Amino acid sequence: MNFDRRSFIKAAAATSAIATAGSLFPGVTFAGWTGQEGASGMVSWKKTPCRFCGTGCGVLVGVSEGRAVAVKGDPNCSVNKGLCCVKGYHSIQALYGKDRLTTAKVRRNGEMVEVPISEALDIIAEKIQETIKNHGKDSVAMYGSGQWTIPDGYVASKLFKGCLSTNNVEANARLCMSSAVTGFMTSFGIDEPMGCYEDIDNANVFITWGNNMAEMHPVLFSRMLATRKRRKNVEIIDFATRVTRTSQAADKSILFRPQTDLAVANAICHEIIRNDWVNWEFVNKHVSFHKGKTNIGYGLEDNFAFTDKAEDMSFEEFKTFLEDYSPEEVERLSGVSARDIKYMAALYGDPAKKVTSFWCMGMNQHTRGTWINNLVYNIHLLVGKISTPGNSPFSLTGQPSACGTVREVGTLTHALPHGVVMNEHDRQMAEEIWELPAGSIDPKPTYHTVEMFRALDRGDIRFMWIQVTNPMVTMPKLKRYRDGSLKEDRFIVVSDVYPTPTTDVADVILPAAMWIEQEGMYGNSERRTQHFEQILQPPGEAMSDTWQIIEVARRLGYEKQFPWSEDEYIGRIWEEYRRFHSGPKHEMAPYTVLQQRSGVQWPFVNGKETRWRFNAKHDPACSNGEDFHFYGQDDNRAWIWARPYEPAAESPDSEYNFWLNTGRVIEHWHTGSMTRRVPVLHNAMPSAYAELNPEDAADLGVVNGEMVKITSRRGSIAIPASIKGRGVPPRGMVFVPFFDESYLINEVTLDAFCPISKQPDYKKCAVKVEKA
Amino acid sequence: MPVFGYLAIPKPGAIETLRTELSTMPYCDVIPAENRDVIVLVTDTPDDTTERDLQEKLKSLSALQSLSMTFGHNDEQQPE
Repeated sequence: MNFDRRSFIKAAAATSAIATAGSLFPGVTFAGWTGQEGASGMVSWKKTPCRFCGTGCGVLVGVSEGRAVAVKGDPNCSVNKGLCCVKGYHSIQALYGKDRLTTAKVRRNGEMVEVPISEALDIIAEKIQETIKNHGKDSVAMYGSGQWTIPDGYVASKLFKGCLSTNNVEANARLCMSSAVTGFMTSFGIDEPMGCYEDIDNANVFITWGNNMAEMHPVLFSRMLATRKRRKNVEIIDFATRVTRTSQAADKSILFRPQTDLAVANAICHEIIRNDWVNWEFVNKHVSFHKGKTNIGYGLEDNFAFTDKAEDMSFEEFKTFLEDYSPEEVERLSGVSARDIKYMAALYGDPAKKVTSFWCMGMNQHTRGTWINNLVYNIHLLVGKISTPGNSPFSLTGQPSACGTVREVGTLTHALPHGVVMNEHDRQMAEEIWELPAGSIDPKPTYHTVEMFRALDRGDIRFMWIQVTNPMVTMPKLKRYRDGSLKEDRFIVVSDVYPTPTTDVADVILPAAMWIEQEGMYGNSERRTQHFEQILQPPGEAMSDTWQIIEVARRLGYEKQFPWSEDEYIGRIWEEYRRFHSGPKHEMAPYTVLQQRSGVQWPFVNGKETRWRFNAKHDPACSNGEDFHFYGQDDNRAWIWARPYEPAAESPDSEYNFWLNTGRVIEHWHTGSMTRRVPVLHNAMPSAYAELNPEDAADLGVVNGEMVKITSRRGSIAIPASIKGRGVPPRGMVFVPFFDESYLINEVTLDAFCPISKQPDYKKCAVKVEKA
Repeated sequence: MPVFGYLAIPKPGAIETLRTELSTMPYCDVIPAENRDVIVLVTDTPDDTTERDLQEKLKSLSALQSLSMTFGHNDEQQPE
């Protein structure tokens, strides 16, 4: 049989379609399809998680003659059961863009010149030493990513926090999920969701809180739609600030004014208590009530500092606090009718319904992100709908390893692989495992992401190494941070796979291996660790981010901490890292188990994965003899918080009279640096746009495709208008996706953040919109 | 030289018509399901112009209810 490469691609196309058909029509068969049978010996299929969101879909990559030529969903992966989204099916094409970075480059006399990668690594090590000598240990920084593999983040933390004794380690996950972390930590005393994707198969009601799942988590959304189709008593409520594809597929779409989700969540609790829908047995055994500081600011000033202080309160005091949030009062503030508020409360309050709440950036990119996370937990806790199949408050992540690498490894300034730098025991554990002298780890956190870039601008940080992320597109109030990175005596290293606006500001560019060109692990939204082997050779001198850091660490004299050989380093790093999580609350699967399976959920104890945490039937860490055990907090209870409504950092006024909301589209991954190089995806969504309400567009005299100018107090951009496109904002709001570096919407956004999580709010600032 | 994979769903009762129409179109390989009204369609065209023409013809098929792309590949085309 003549099975050339083109025939193979056609076979792969058929395989993808058949796999999709299998997901949509269980039991479907195609007798006329011989598939890859004739290609025996020419193709091998390798498992890997998809790298293009936090869902963690398992995919099988077909490899022929050393090149990835096909993708199909992995039917053995419980996450997606063989289904993929459009990014997943085209993911391998992102490996083969014509302008892949394959050689290292160094800026000399203003020009980037190619050098051997070993020379570039020498320069980086020398620059780190020189900068620390001249400006102190906290003048060097590492800025990584939720797309880092777990070993990438682990060695970065070990080098910077352990060996160099600086807590200047941050990751772009600060921009996408740190409010989820502080939400978990304040409500449960321990991070990451208690539920899992099987909740989707068991719930009767889904409420999406500011979460366009149809575009951002399409495979999970499809699973939700399949549940609704399969069973009669299932409904989907989309609670959002604009109409999206999710709204269109939902049974009910409820729009709220930006920031007023805080008030609506409190009003739902008000109604639950007023109607006595409280699950008293659960609340009395497992819940305690607390309040924190209010009027807490927005982080707009350099060196902004805030520490919350919890105070106990009684249920009666909590009930009194909620008196300000009657549905009728909140209707005036939020624009949500009292009837709709009562309807949502009744869904949560109905003991016969299992309710799952989903959220992502809408709640997390919020100047009160921690609070709104707390408030949704409050609802679930009041009615006892938590930690059981179908009852789940579920924070979705956007990146493939925001959970695995950033939250679990602890690649944020305050964190360690186990615990936090402020805790002596946690520091001692890290120093022991890392074989470092006692006292090596600084007990004081330094800069969270926004403040880290402010420090770069001020000159407190002089050296920054950026891996697997593109902050010169994603930082809010972008101009300040771009200008800061270009100042004299700043040295920027960027490891990436393609040229980006961030490589434009680099002094050294390192070509990075991408995804399956290296071995690694990701950790998805449901505590699932997913291993992938090296399937392909990286192009040219491209090198894994992990190995880049190891090479630099050795040049700095830390051979003892980084002793591994290239053929075994990932397994050795994993087994070292596992030591941090030993115990029933967070035990991780051994390397050999990860290699065999399409992901393993932790805690992994005695060979068993944990589906629902805090539930004694499922979670091996429960030890109180009750049905539930919220062991994260000192009082062994989940915490309900009294958190008030407070306005956004900046709201529309007479001059800047529109809300600006930013976000993503289904076709593109984050800043588009990879997916815009995939022809099908690029052609499907070639450029960004400003989504306007049709009546606003008419008032402005703007028709579809005409340029509009969006201006804030920070800057302005001109961008084509989209009217009645895939999304429709309410009057007075403009939505712009951020994937397109030709239209840098973050020139306009505000760098306000949640004072507790330090996560910026990309969803709300004031702009004016004019015909350009 | 674009290659695409699709799931083609016929209008009710039109599976045989759709199968026949697709089977007779150039650049199209058809794999009908045995037990469901769904057809896997793989297209392989020599250039972008032919591809656009084919897509127009596919859209005009009267027996076709929906066409969902599941795979796309084009060796030649790269965005600027």
